[in-house]
Amino acid sequence: MDTPVIEAHGLAKRFGKVAALDGLDLVAEGGQVVAVLGPNGAGKTTFVRTVATLITPDAGTLRVAGIDVARRPDQVRRIIGLAGQYAAVEPAMTGRENLRLVARLFGQSRRAARANAAAVLDQLDLAEAADRTVRTYSGGMRRRLDLGASLVGAPRLLLLDEPTTGLDPRSRLQLWDAIKALVDQGTDVLLTTQYLDEADHLAQRIVIVDHGRVIAEGTPDELKARAGREVVEIHVRRPDDLDRTAAALASLAALCADAPRVDAGTRRVTVPVDRGRAALLEAVRVLDAAAVDLDDIALRRPTLDEVFLTLTGAPAGADPCADPADDDPTARRAPAPV
Amino acid sequence: MTITTLDVRGDGSPVPAGVDTPAGRGRGAGAGALVTTAQVADRTVRKFVRTPQLIVLSTIQGAMFLLIFRYVFGGAISAGGVPYVDFMVPGFVVTGVLFSGMNTAAGVAEDLEQGFFDRLRSLPVPRTALLAGRAVADTGLLTWSLAVTTAIGFLVGFRYGGTAAEALAAFGLCAVFGFAFVWMFVCMGLVAGTAQAAQGMSMLVFPLTFVSSAFVPIDTLPGWMQPVAHHQPVTAMTDAVRSLALGDPAAAGLSGSTTHYVVIALLWSAGLVALFAPLALARYRRSS
Repeated sequence: MDTPVIEAHGLAKRFGKVAALDGLDLVAEGGQVVAVLGPNGAGKTTFVRTVATLITPDAGTLRVAGIDVARRPDQVRRIIGLAGQYAAVEPAMTGRENLRLVARLFGQSRRAARANAAAVLDQLDLAEAADRTVRTYSGGMRRRLDLGASLVGAPRLLLLDEPTTGLDPRSRLQLWDAIKALVDQGTDVLLTTQYLDEADHLAQRIVIVDHGRVIAEGTPDELKARAGREVVEIHVRRPDDLDRTAAALASLAALCADAPRVDAGTRRVTVPVDRGRAALLEAVRVLDAAAVDLDDIALRRPTLDEVFLTLTGAPAGADPCADPADDDPTARRAPAPV
Repeated sequence: MTITTLDVRGDGSPVPAGVDTPAGRGRGAGAGALVTTAQVADRTVRKFVRTPQLIVLSTIQGAMFLLIFRYVFGGAISAGGVPYVDFMVPGFVVTGVLFSGMNTAAGVAEDLEQGFFDRLRSLPVPRTALLAGRAVADTGLLTWSLAVTTAIGFLVGFRYGGTAAEALAAFGLCAVFGFAFVWMFVCMGLVAGTAQAAQGMSMLVFPLTFVSSAFVPIDTLPGWMQPVAHHQPVTAMTDAVRSLALGDPAAAGLSGSTTHYVVIALLWSAGLVALFAPLALARYRRSS
């Protein structure tokens, strides 16, 4: 196999008392999308910023396409494109101007910059809005333009830091499509996300991080097999039905992967199941027989929280610390994207 | 590394199907210092021009202060041999440089806050040039506001006493002074980290402008304050610009020659750049 696109060994970075990266090891081969999945404060953003040469790690080694980031950050900058969760484009300029600016900074001639900006605008379905100032863009359009800005340099490795956080479902799908199109063209992508479905949808390899360390990695199927069974979730109308519900579900042990969990606060019972549809039907039947008054019953994918619970035995982000990037004085502290 | 048409990946690997695109979609090895400076400056100017509130507000603010000094305080302040308006307008123009500099601090902090700097710093360009672009553009914008305040100064009765060459020199000196102070504001913006904090920090210009010869003759200040007022850049600059504008330092109550004050003002400017440009750069480069 070729040189890995990213090769991190024992990366460590502290911001004050918080260890944002705590001995992170990660090897990403080329030709695939790698998703770094984790809750807020897991160290995802710090990791991406380190790969983007914006943060110098306290310890460990990091190579991007074989280039030592500590020694030759300038060379790394030539082959990466960075798009962040804050949509770092200039609102007072048009989409086209924004892309031309970045293209020119990559050292492209005026002509090449103009052509590449136009090509990227087409590619991201922004051609119509190209000559409007970004101020008039919707949140999803800004994100796509931000993605575009990371593309005009034709990067070998695209770094996407929570590309869809805060987007509405439709914009999210559009951005996913754009990312998938890029991947089909052969760009390697490292993306961070808090959403299991996003990682599942886009990545061939998922790395789960928590407290600055990798706690699990594998293909989406491998991880799901390990951690992410489907869940039957039941909302009951009356709190006193909770125990009866749990007892009724316990009788389905053959279909369930684990014991039911009761959350009295939200009047909810959840149980991970092996064969989803069969289990759901069975659950409806036994609950009906037990005359439980249901508000809602559903079969759904496990949440990131549940995956964490299975993998670590502790809820996601059990550490009360906020995102360690908040302690980085140079980190962005923008309000939630519009 | 050279910019090539086909070698998109820059490592000799074949172009993946589909990554195509016209006119040499090459990544490029990164822009040089000049192009970077020009591009960043261009962006800063566009932003200013397309944010009318900034232009209108700063112009109104300048005009308002000028009117207040001319008509409210003016009657109560005696400037020795010359009418107060002639004394005050050169000082006002000089301090206007500092007040418009407050926008620089806020703008830099905003870029930092909103991730725009992250994008720039992840690009293969000299980081010095990224800041230089900002400084050059902001100096240009300062010059614009200088022209506006000067014009209003004439409207409220300022009479210019020097030669055309001296007028040009005065104007140029203000621009140099502006460039020097822009670096201080860039530093503030980088340290502050948020636009609001930067605004707060740049309030420091108030003591700097008022404890100087800009609005009152220094000998009317309390004794302990006079040395402070004498030895600071705003006074140095005001004295130089005033000497040029009145055509004679003596008219401004100054004992030295015009050249003397101009040299001191230039030295201060050089000192400010020498102090704040490296500080700003160190702060900016530090990849934390």
